[in-house]
Amino acid sequence: MTLGHIDLYRTRRPTQIMADTIRVECIATQWAVRDLLIDLRAWLRALNLSDVNCGTVEIALAEALNNVVEHAYPADLPGDIALDLALTAACLRCELRDQGAALPGLVPPDAGLPSIDGPRESLPEGGFGWSLIRTLTSRLSYERRDGENRLTLEFNLNTASFNL
Amino acid sequence: MDLATTTYPDMMIITVNAGRIDAAAAIAFKDAMRAAVANGPARVVLDLSHVTFVDSSGLGAIVAAMKHLEAGRRLDLAGLTTDVAKVFRLTRMDSIFTIYPDLDRLIPRATG
Repeated sequence: MTLGHIDLYRTRRPTQIMADTIRVECIATQWAVRDLLIDLRAWLRALNLSDVNCGTVEIALAEALNNVVEHAYPADLPGDIALDLALTAACLRCELRDQGAALPGLVPPDAGLPSIDGPRESLPEGGFGWSLIRTLTSRLSYERRDGENRLTLEFNLNTASFNL
Repeated sequence: MDLATTTYPDMMIITVNAGRIDAAAAIAFKDAMRAAVANGPARVVLDLSHVTFVDSSGLGAIVAAMKHLEAGRRLDLAGLTTDVAKVFRLTRMDSIFTIYPDLDRLIPRATG
């Protein structure tokens, strides 16, 4: 599938930039994000990250990446997303960068989960993303600098709370 | 999206033959579900045993499929894999749906 001249699936293979750090880049479309997540999971599995930890990382990164796709860039003009992953025995640190619109208020939303108490017809169909990211990460930080968004997600790999 | 439907007198089972219900698949899933449940029995069971990953868009699409059912019809879930179960648990959506570990006890068997 293409959008004019843009290849919606374009994902660059992970590049090793240091011994324990890789960089992955993709165009900000849902299809490229899916391919990137599948590649990443294979990489993390190859590094012996447990299935539980891989699931936690994939769920949180899927939300962060799809936020960029849906909110940072215009749908008809998707820009680039770069993701650096640094893995140590105790922690996986993921830095996500894009040149799209800044987060409103320059902070990641912290509104909690949408209410599910009402009748069936009022159940939420969205608004779960940031809550999932906050629950699954041990640390979350955001910085807007020189027209670039920098969202950093850290995952503790050796705490009980990580095995949610 | 490829959905396989099996209809029993009082129930239909819809098996998702795809590995992911994610942002890229959410609209196709919703459209396929609308078509699959039309004029079916009151009880619909969504078999997610082949689905290894659901993101919040996919979760929203499953909720939308449930809300689309007419009053008096219900959507239950079966066969949630590890990461899918985690998304339902962390969003508390596991308290909204009746969730079966698998289809084994749901499928009626011929007797006699």
